[in-house]
Amino acid sequence: MTRLQNWVPAAVLFIGGLGVWEGIVRAFSIKGFILPAPSAIALAFTEEWSALRVAGFSTFATAIAGLAVGATLAVLAALAAARWTPVREGAMPLAIAANSTPIIVLAPIANSWFGLRSAWGTVLVVAVLVFFPIMINLVKGLLSAETSQLELLDSYAATDRSVLWKLRLPGALPYLFSALKVAAALSLIGAIVKEYFGGSQERLGQYITSKAGLFQFEEAWAAIVLASAFGILVYLTISIIERMAIPWHVSIRNV
Amino acid sequence: MTNAVKFSNVSMTFNEGKENQVHALSDIDLAIEPGEFVSLIGPSGCGKSTLLRLVGDLAVGTGGQVEVNGKPAHQARIDRDYGMVFQSATLLDWRKVLANVTLPLEIMGKGSAEREERGRAMLDLVQLSGFEDHYPWQLSGGMQQRVAIARALAFEPSLLLMDEPFGALDEMTRERMQSELLSIWHATETTVIFVTHSIPEAVFLSTKVIVMSPRPGRIVDVIDIDLGQPRTPDTREEPRFYELLTVVRESLRRVEH
Repeated sequence: MTRLQNWVPAAVLFIGGLGVWEGIVRAFSIKGFILPAPSAIALAFTEEWSALRVAGFSTFATAIAGLAVGATLAVLAALAAARWTPVREGAMPLAIAANSTPIIVLAPIANSWFGLRSAWGTVLVVAVLVFFPIMINLVKGLLSAETSQLELLDSYAATDRSVLWKLRLPGALPYLFSALKVAAALSLIGAIVKEYFGGSQERLGQYITSKAGLFQFEEAWAAIVLASAFGILVYLTISIIERMAIPWHVSIRNV
Repeated sequence: MTNAVKFSNVSMTFNEGKENQVHALSDIDLAIEPGEFVSLIGPSGCGKSTLLRLVGDLAVGTGGQVEVNGKPAHQARIDRDYGMVFQSATLLDWRKVLANVTLPLEIMGKGSAEREERGRAMLDLVQLSGFEDHYPWQLSGGMQQRVAIARALAFEPSLLLMDEPFGALDEMTRERMQSELLSIWHATETTVIFVTHSIPEAVFLSTKVIVMSPRPGRIVDVIDIDLGQPRTPDTREEPRFYELLTVVRESLRRVEH
């Protein structure tokens, strides 16, 4: 029961916040194009569900595909950078520089590469967006093995392969999971913002811009709620996997 | 009979030829017989840890030869002739106790049945049966160090290298660990080289105490510890124990002047 009790303060705050929001909108007769009431958003959500579902899942699938592609490539790049010093010395400054640029500006350009209606442009933008933070963090994790631990494996005449699998990779997992949680949020931001620049109406980004253009703000907000729900879902999924993968880590064991 | 460890005219200079050159070891000649328990003692910076690392081929000397079981130290490391216990337990956080103990066996490609059997036997030896499925963070410092000892012995090396393994433990735990180490030594007939700062620890444990001087590290005394075996807590109260403490202490005092 204690687990349930842990959720009580957050639930109270959430429901209370919605109540205050509803109350303010009603009391001051705030217009829908400035801020719709939660009840109006909820109503729009149910009425628009069939359109939202199609657009939402399409965008969600694209974001996840981009995340999967970007994360896979980032892991491979990080392994190469950790293994070969010249690769690391060449690639890491570039990766850090790239990670500091607003990669989302690629969005309109991706449209010209793949065509407006193709989802591949979005997959590409998301993959590039998540690649750098995952790679940089994982390299840091792979290089964080302690000298004494490396000497211990040396004393067993362990091969480089053993050192990677038994020491470096397990030790880097906490870094990988932190990066994945950041990347999960980035992937949805990247996909939706990319879709703002045009493409099929059956995508969340286009749905939001077109509804806002038509002054149907309740519907636009309903789509934002759905996008948030997807974001939370991905985060929770990664957290659950993290909990199972690294139960020994200080961030998990005390919770 | 082949020496367990043999140093011939070994020297070690860090940053040779540079401004920050440090002459860490000089003219080290020493032979250790199989089954001996040898302690290296001396002030900080006398190179005793470096000497141990030369045996383990974790550092390479700048002069002379180090032989382990009659072969160069490098070959002995490749042949996995020794187990090492560091000052900190150096357990892998993500492995449970049993998996930490069997880590060397895994690296050496032993089958899982053999690993498990060996691991459990080692945990029994260090009196940690029942803790197989604990994570390292769930153990006290003394228990963690016992896991490290079990791990070092898991593949039955003929030589055990220990670098101030009990340095971080409180006095009570430390004395208990010393007795446990001696019973393990008797049970396994391993040769032990033990680096320590503590005179009573060196005298209680060893068959031979090597006293070293600093900068450059040299061997100034080899003191035979003629206390009977097996040693018990009562050994610490024998007159001969006190006499030997004094012998070692005076030797160390001469070194510092």
